[in-house]
Amino acid sequence: MGGFLAMLLLLGLSLPLAAQDLLPPAPYAYRQLDDPALEARAQALMETLRCLKCQSQSIADSDAPMAGDMRHQVRTRIAAGEDPEAVRTWLIQRYGDYVSYKPAISATTWPLFALPVLLLAVVALILWRRLGRAK
Amino acid sequence: MIAEIGLAALWLAAALAGLQLLAGILGMRQGGGEMAALVRPAAAVQALLCALAFGALLLVFARTDLSVALVAQNSHSAKPFVFKLAGAWGNHEGSMLLWVTVMSLAGGLIAAVERRLPERTMRATLAAQAFVGLGFYAFLLFSSNPFERLDPAPVEGLGLNPLLQDLGLAFHPPTLYFGYVGLSVAFSFAVGALLTRQVTPEFARVMRPWVLGAWIFLTLGITAGSYWAYYELGWGGWWFWDPVENASLMPWLAATALLHSASVLAARDALRAWTILLGVVAFSMSMVGTFLVRSGILTSVHAFAVDPERGAFILALLALYVGGALVLFATRAGSIAEGERFSVLSREGALVVNNVALSAILAIVLLGTLYPLLTEAFDVRVSVGPPYFNPVGAIFFVPMLLVLAVGPLLRWRRDRFARVQRPVIAAAVVALAALAGVWLVAGIGLLPLLGMGLAAGLAVASVMPLRGRSLRRLPLAAWGMVVAHFGVAVALFGMAADSAFTTERLVAARVGESAEVGPWRVTLAAVDPVAGPNWTALEGRLLASYRGGAASELDPQARSFWTPPQQTSESALLTRWNGQLYTVLGGEADGGRWQLRLWWKPFVTWIWYGGMLIALGGLLALVGRVAADLKRRTARARGAERRAEAAA
Amino acid sequence: MRMRWFVWLLVGLAAAAFGLFAYQLSRPKDDFVHSAMIGQAIPSFDLPPAVADRPGLSSRDLADGRPKLLNVFASWCVPCRAEAPQLAALEASGANIVAVAIRDRPGDVAAFLAAYGNPFSRIGKDDISAVQLSIGSSGVPETFVIDGRGVIRYQHIGDVRDRDVPVLLEELRKAGA
Repeated sequence: MGGFLAMLLLLGLSLPLAAQDLLPPAPYAYRQLDDPALEARAQALMETLRCLKCQSQSIADSDAPMAGDMRHQVRTRIAAGEDPEAVRTWLIQRYGDYVSYKPAISATTWPLFALPVLLLAVVALILWRRLGRAK
Repeated sequence: MIAEIGLAALWLAAALAGLQLLAGILGMRQGGGEMAALVRPAAAVQALLCALAFGALLLVFARTDLSVALVAQNSHSAKPFVFKLAGAWGNHEGSMLLWVTVMSLAGGLIAAVERRLPERTMRATLAAQAFVGLGFYAFLLFSSNPFERLDPAPVEGLGLNPLLQDLGLAFHPPTLYFGYVGLSVAFSFAVGALLTRQVTPEFARVMRPWVLGAWIFLTLGITAGSYWAYYELGWGGWWFWDPVENASLMPWLAATALLHSASVLAARDALRAWTILLGVVAFSMSMVGTFLVRSGILTSVHAFAVDPERGAFILALLALYVGGALVLFATRAGSIAEGERFSVLSREGALVVNNVALSAILAIVLLGTLYPLLTEAFDVRVSVGPPYFNPVGAIFFVPMLLVLAVGPLLRWRRDRFARVQRPVIAAAVVALAALAGVWLVAGIGLLPLLGMGLAAGLAVASVMPLRGRSLRRLPLAAWGMVVAHFGVAVALFGMAADSAFTTERLVAARVGESAEVGPWRVTLAAVDPVAGPNWTALEGRLLASYRGGAASELDPQARSFWTPPQQTSESALLTRWNGQLYTVLGGEADGGRWQLRLWWKPFVTWIWYGGMLIALGGLLALVGRVAADLKRRTARARGAERRAEAAA
Repeated sequence: MRMRWFVWLLVGLAAAAFGLFAYQLSRPKDDFVHSAMIGQAIPSFDLPPAVADRPGLSSRDLADGRPKLLNVFASWCVPCRAEAPQLAALEASGANIVAVAIRDRPGDVAAFLAAYGNPFSRIGKDDISAVQLSIGSSGVPETFVIDGRGVIRYQHIGDVRDRDVPVLLEELRKAGA
């Protein structure tokens, strides 16, 4: 009985358990580029792009079909000679800044970059006052 | 019946917390009275009752009592026993009960053993602990009752998230909570000291071991969580700056700064205001973290109960406690006079840099985590992830590490560079040699390169304090410092090496075919179906040989659970001293091929060995100080006896 | 007292943070990722037919001078079944609806259309979500309003409900003006 059940569920494994497509992944979803240098650049970029169907993962860390399709796009474009930042820009043009984990300096994100500068100034001030005059 | 007993115990515990608060307030005012003397017993009994309530919850989960709504929602009769138990805290209500249990246990333990502070301050501290506890009791009893019944009881439970059916993750929450929530004692001590104007070296000495205890658990919890994510999620990532990960890191940063600041206060009566502030901030970060996770306003893989109403309740508690403590501090800040002076080149000076750097990193992590929330209020969505946190954090982390290398060697109050010249230069030489060596051999990025150089230098520098001292008579606390700092170097090396040298191979292989990844040759020997208690899987049999040596077997699985229906991948790992082979079985590709994901991750395990060393260092320091303190107390007691006899 | 001033600043920051939390709690959570391509021309593409009895879809078809609705769907998508009556209503009101089938086998698409009706004049087959990604769509179902020159004018995320039908018709009318 257990064996039969396992067999049945094994067949069931090849079918989706939730509403998911039945087509195989895109060609370059799980296939690395032949040139290791290009693959490294693609991988570095993929680790900073957000999977839109996941809670909070990069497309390099997700098995979602859409993440696979996005990986296919990244790899094919980089193989075709595009610069990784151009690919990132292409995706941002489609989905906005949300899709990139690397915030660009802009009108909406300047505080993110102003804070470290401000903190450096504050730290320097604190250290100078605390340590400078106390001898 | 058991559930009702648990609920009754919880109500009683809450009532006792109210009594504890009242008695503590009275005890602060007068300094005496019968009511005031009830504070300590109230705290102890509260702890027992709360533990009883939690025990009741464990029991209903152990028995899979489906008439309890929580069990019906989160458990299943087919689940292995240990995971049935873990299911007790693997949900919102159960983990909140764990929260108040840890709080009450911490308060009860303090009440039972802590005698070093003036009684008035102790009562204020316990009153603060009770005040915070009451809010969370109210949250539990009115908004998240874990003992609610379901009538009629369902035939079967809805099962637990398969991702949680894992030993590592089962024990990650309790460890984290003992740390996270254990920091409430730092908060209470700080508030108690503020209320009774007792910010003294003695206060720091009293608070330190309690904070150390919580900090050790928190370090272990974060380390364990990172390792769990690494092997369970199937891609070999161990930290993503996910909001919930940050929610556990922020209290840790504050607590680390607090520990070091308290050392300065204890030894030199300086950094009073910093120490109090960090005590308040540490637990505040715990509370902010729990709010972010449970309110649903941030997107995260870990997000718990997504319920705005509960979120509003926690937010109210947050405003009350954090706001209240900070206002109290602001109004009493004048009474915390400046402490002793010290020069730049001194132990205190180094620890000030440490304080400031850790606080800056905390501020950066906090802003980066909250920033998407801020922009969303303006209908703009952004994502802030590793490309921001890594470099910006490094701006403060790197100088901090440089100071960490020198600090433990410096004397208190004032030192000369000539005295520490030799060890510093030795460490610097090692660091630069490592940096140059790695750079020449492999072209890797700046951050990993810096990391490896700094790790090498720090490893040497951290053992330098042992130089010229009798190792057998060295206090345990000093050993703790050396081990903990060495652990930082080890962990940093692991992080840098993993980042720089990981190689990945994705192959679609037929049974019998091989692939190479790094120095390994991996052959797919078979793919067979297997069945478990509540899952079935496809298991790959891989034979891996290192540099042509003997083959070892790895069995990664693609697993399917049926309640609830979900698929997970169970990676198979092969650990050597110099790294891990990480293998995952993916789906079936056409032509009878199987997707294999293979990684060779040099030195990645050193990340978690480092974390454990850091915790071990803390444990040594804790044991050392507690033992020394007990010895001092018995000596003092014996001395007092002898004096009394002599006088008689 | 420097420290006091600094702590009051912290109090202020904390209050601001709590205010932000409260504000965000009070708003309904919008988990959708909206396309940033609204107002841009649809990128060029050419998809083969997804079923035998409808032609494929290319970007040229969307720039033929007449505004259209573009429905992104799949047979394995459950809410897509729910919006079938509303799509039929849109078609009956004169809207020209073209579709892109995401990651779908022709047999499954045909079965889906037979079961739930076929309001589409063209259906393109997008096996690797290339077109979906190029227009900034992040899930199924989604419905776009494309004007006669091929510019994306409006995006509706999720299945089309009864109350969305007049909205889409209005957007279509504005696109044609």
